[in-house]
Amino acid sequence: MYLVQFLLLSSILFCIGVYGVLARRNAVLVLMSIELILNAVNINLIAFGAFNGAQIPAEVFALFIIAVAAAEVGVGLALVLTIYRNSKSIDLHQVDLLKG
Amino acid sequence: MITTVASMVSAPVLGAVVAQNVFFYLIAAVMVIAALRVVTTSNIVHAALYLVVVLAGVAAQFLLLGAEFVGVTQVLVYIGAVIVLFLFGIMLTRAKVGNEDGLDHDNVIPAILTAVLLVLVMGYAVVDFAGDEEIDVLGNSPTTVEQVSDSIFSTYIVAFEAISVLLLAALIGAIVVARKE
Amino acid sequence: MNTTYLAAESGGLAVEASGFFLENVWIIPAIMAVSFAIILGFGKRMPRGGSEVGIAAVGVCFILALLTAGQWIGQVNEAANCTPKTCDYIEYSIDGVDHKGEAGYIPLDYEAYASDQAHAADDTHADDGESHDTDAEAHGDEDGDHSDDEAHAEDDDHSDEGAYPIDTNAGSPDGESASALTAFTEAEAGSTAAAAVAVVSERTWWSNGGINFTIGTMVDGLTVTLLVVVTLVSMLVHIYSTDYVAGDRRFTHYFGFLSLFTAAMLFFVTSANVLQMIVGWELVGVCSFALIGHWWEEQPNSDAALKAFLTNRVGDMGLLIGMIILFFASNEKWSIIDINAAAILGEGKGGTSHTMLLIASLCLLAAVMSKSGQFFLHTWLPDAMAGPTPVSALIHAATMVVAGVYLIARLYGVFFNGLSIGGSSINALAVIGAVTTLVGASLAFVQDDIKKVLAYSTISQLGYMTLALGVGAWTAAVFHLTTHALFKACLFLGAGSVSHAVHSFDMKKDMGGMRKFMPTTYKTFLIGSIALAGLPPLAGFWSKDEILAGTGGWGFFEGESHANGAYTIMLVMGMITAAMTAAYMTRVMYLTFFGEFRGGHHDDDHGHAAAGAHDDHAHHGDPHESGPRILWPLRILAGLAVVAGLMNLPKNFLGLPSGITLRFEHFVEPLAATGYFPKISHADPSWSLAIFSTLVVAGAVGVAYWYYFVKVNAQSPSATEMINGPTERSKLLKAGHTMLKNRYYLDHIYDSGAAVGAAGATAMGSIFGAAAGLTLGFSLDNGLDQALWSSLIWGMVLGLTVFTIVYLALRTGTGIASFTKRPLAYAANWVHENVIDAAVDEVGKNSVKTADALYKYIDQGVIDGSVNAAGRGSQGAGGELRRWSTGQVQQYATVMFAGATLLAGLLIIVL
Repeated sequence: MYLVQFLLLSSILFCIGVYGVLARRNAVLVLMSIELILNAVNINLIAFGAFNGAQIPAEVFALFIIAVAAAEVGVGLALVLTIYRNSKSIDLHQVDLLKG
Repeated sequence: MITTVASMVSAPVLGAVVAQNVFFYLIAAVMVIAALRVVTTSNIVHAALYLVVVLAGVAAQFLLLGAEFVGVTQVLVYIGAVIVLFLFGIMLTRAKVGNEDGLDHDNVIPAILTAVLLVLVMGYAVVDFAGDEEIDVLGNSPTTVEQVSDSIFSTYIVAFEAISVLLLAALIGAIVVARKE
Repeated sequence: MNTTYLAAESGGLAVEASGFFLENVWIIPAIMAVSFAIILGFGKRMPRGGSEVGIAAVGVCFILALLTAGQWIGQVNEAANCTPKTCDYIEYSIDGVDHKGEAGYIPLDYEAYASDQAHAADDTHADDGESHDTDAEAHGDEDGDHSDDEAHAEDDDHSDEGAYPIDTNAGSPDGESASALTAFTEAEAGSTAAAAVAVVSERTWWSNGGINFTIGTMVDGLTVTLLVVVTLVSMLVHIYSTDYVAGDRRFTHYFGFLSLFTAAMLFFVTSANVLQMIVGWELVGVCSFALIGHWWEEQPNSDAALKAFLTNRVGDMGLLIGMIILFFASNEKWSIIDINAAAILGEGKGGTSHTMLLIASLCLLAAVMSKSGQFFLHTWLPDAMAGPTPVSALIHAATMVVAGVYLIARLYGVFFNGLSIGGSSINALAVIGAVTTLVGASLAFVQDDIKKVLAYSTISQLGYMTLALGVGAWTAAVFHLTTHALFKACLFLGAGSVSHAVHSFDMKKDMGGMRKFMPTTYKTFLIGSIALAGLPPLAGFWSKDEILAGTGGWGFFEGESHANGAYTIMLVMGMITAAMTAAYMTRVMYLTFFGEFRGGHHDDDHGHAAAGAHDDHAHHGDPHESGPRILWPLRILAGLAVVAGLMNLPKNFLGLPSGITLRFEHFVEPLAATGYFPKISHADPSWSLAIFSTLVVAGAVGVAYWYYFVKVNAQSPSATEMINGPTERSKLLKAGHTMLKNRYYLDHIYDSGAAVGAAGATAMGSIFGAAAGLTLGFSLDNGLDQALWSSLIWGMVLGLTVFTIVYLALRTGTGIASFTKRPLAYAANWVHENVIDAAVDEVGKNSVKTADALYKYIDQGVIDGSVNAAGRGSQGAGGELRRWSTGQVQQYATVMFAGATLLAGLLIIVL
């Protein structure tokens, strides 16, 4: 297998995730897209680890990323819930407090 | 998995490599299609389920790369916990379980342009950097949970503690943020 | 650890079996799995709704199963005709590195063998039985390597345990054990018997933390028996179903699940390790759930499906815990052969300790009780009759419910040694079996629903098999499993044929006199009934009699001895059951086929079950015989029910040569020399016992005949019970009848008050907790004290937790069932509509969507958009600039990402 296979796969996933973050109005869907991005990063880590023979550090950091992602989802969903409670909607289109 | 098959059957290493490639492309194709559906489907529950497919695919790629423990953790944490959390999020915010219009923002086109640009740039960079580097998964010695945990609790103990504090902070933060009143 | 147990324990020799079908048996379940996928994906578009795929697949599987069986028979014969000169006996090999054949892998991979072999390196393994034995002793002596100091003492143990002396409750131990030994030698003497070893083909699936998780198949006599039985019954049920559920609204779904079920069951019986067994076990459970609830629109059906599923979950806990205990107790091995071998080896020689085996086998027993409908977890099985009748025949009589029996038979080393079956007169397995068989038979008496009678009869017969395994009559149990599958499938399909005609299962209201309308069904049902009742020379007689003989006999008939113990109580209970079976089948025959037709009034309230599928012609006067697709399976099964008993004629029967008698035992039962099967004794056939049991059965038939055919019929041809009959005259009988009608109040106990349910659950939780704690304690090498403490604490913790949860759940008035029911049904429907159907629709939809997107984004968005953008661009800088501060976070993010990307691209180009 070639390293580039995995890197390309993770790039594609990353970009799909970016598209989701930018284009989705539903806050939960945005959080899901962020998960896509984080997973793309993880694939990169493991692939490079296997490539360099440094599997252990790669796996450790992949695990850390998984932990951080879990925390991120928790806090993110808490935020979404608060938004929902305050505006009865999680449509990011309507969250425009920054409007100038 | 494949590593051990290969070490058992000494001659057809080539066969194992071919099998690895076949599986990689199969899984990758499924992942990309599912990921696209995550960000395009108009049914929010479907999106979560497609996300399951992507995450399972990631786990499968980890197994292909010989990182079994991370693969298993991926399944446990993501598919087991995170997706459930998402589904709860969907439920609590009373999203429609069914098709819903207007899930997409009105800056879809800029978003597509950005994403395509990004994939081009990254793709170019990646191919340029690692165009013909091979990963020798079969040659790597398989990693054990023991090694990973040893490493976490010795070399990366500080990072581990930091993650612990982060998780605690996230826990408290989530409660504080989501609390009523 | 002693790796030479093969020769040392048994004195026999083992020969590897091999052959294409034996090594590639995975093809059979794979075909069924593919068939399931095809039916689910494309079945609805096929002219016969996918049934043709299912029938073709199961037909191919049946042929493959027959070929596999043929190959196995060839291998056994070859092994039996072996002389040390002509055959390659198994060399004691490690880790499959240097084993001789391609398959046939004997997992003698205990680490210590390495050192043993180092010592014995110069000791050439001559191809000669004698030198194998000396070899064994040499190895035995070198046990000192790991078990410190007692090499010689151990050797003595060794020879003692090798024969499993019958523990005598009366008489001198020495004499008895000697006779047991003789008996064994005699049994073995007939076949100079090198044992054919199971064919195992395994691949590593994945490995983690130094443990290999393998996936593979194991084929021996037991496996091929089940392969043939499952595929045969499944094929006939498939054919039968094409008529029976014709026109059903979920016809395709039904055949899909039949395929999946067959695949799961075949996967289960070909498993090489216990992990695969767990997977197969759960898969058949799921299929059972789906098929019981096939007509889920009606509340009772979905309730029954749920009940079956939840009851099975209780036992599954036991299965998981038992398997985990076995894994740790037998040196972290998942393989069935390894686990059995370690169990048989015994504690002193590096195998599994007796305590562990006892706990594990009790946990597994819980699983067996739930899956095989043993008392007191049997209550789901009668309710499972809510499913379509062919499903009842396939799943709830012939195949799935015998999974529990199969589990015991497969892990017989564990049960045999764990429960000390040899040389005892009572053990948990035999008691559960005996109680179940009595309870089932007594309840079958009071049912009005013909399928319920057969369901309780199934419970009773499964109890018979468990009893047989409990008393050490392994072959008898497996033989009974086979014959029972044939005649019980025949009976169920016959009942389905009758209900197909009268649109009801109620014998008292809607049947009677069916003999005139359905002559073929009547004949086949009669044959099935006689086979079930156990009258010679039909199949049931031979297997039943073998079980009764296997209990060890009364002690006052001639020739009965040499069994594994003195299970007289079991014999008495088995005999009573035989009588009751004969009587209730006579009752069924009368109520269904004799007297006067009581049906003909087809109200709408019979809309359930079979009628549900046939709303289109609910109009006829007299019932009529079913079509050929229903009758031919009946004829085939009835024919087999007549002749199947000939497979295992008793030894020396009518002076027949040994090449004809005991064929089933010869081909199916693994010999102790294989190393994974305990050394069991075989009961001698007893003419007097056979005659006595036949008389008992005939007497029971006579009494029931007198009551129904003479007394009741004389009263009125359409009567179903005596007016002023015994139950109305005697208060005691009345009370008994009421109790039976209420099914021993078991369902009431399970359903009633929060406290009772919680108490039961707590007991269960405590037991499992204690077992888990004990294992944990032992596995951490903390010694007995620590283990007991750990057991106590875990038992209390788990018990309290379970109590709290169950009590709260019940107190809130919802109960577990209603709590899970609606979401489950909803989810199932949702998956069906949204995942399965949607996957098909999605293909079509997506092409529309693509075109749509082309229009929306490319045409409207890009082309029109660029035109509009040109227009907007001219609207003035003020308006443009204002658009950038919309407050839309995602727009800001877009700009940020786009900018960063551009910069990165620039960087790449520049560098």
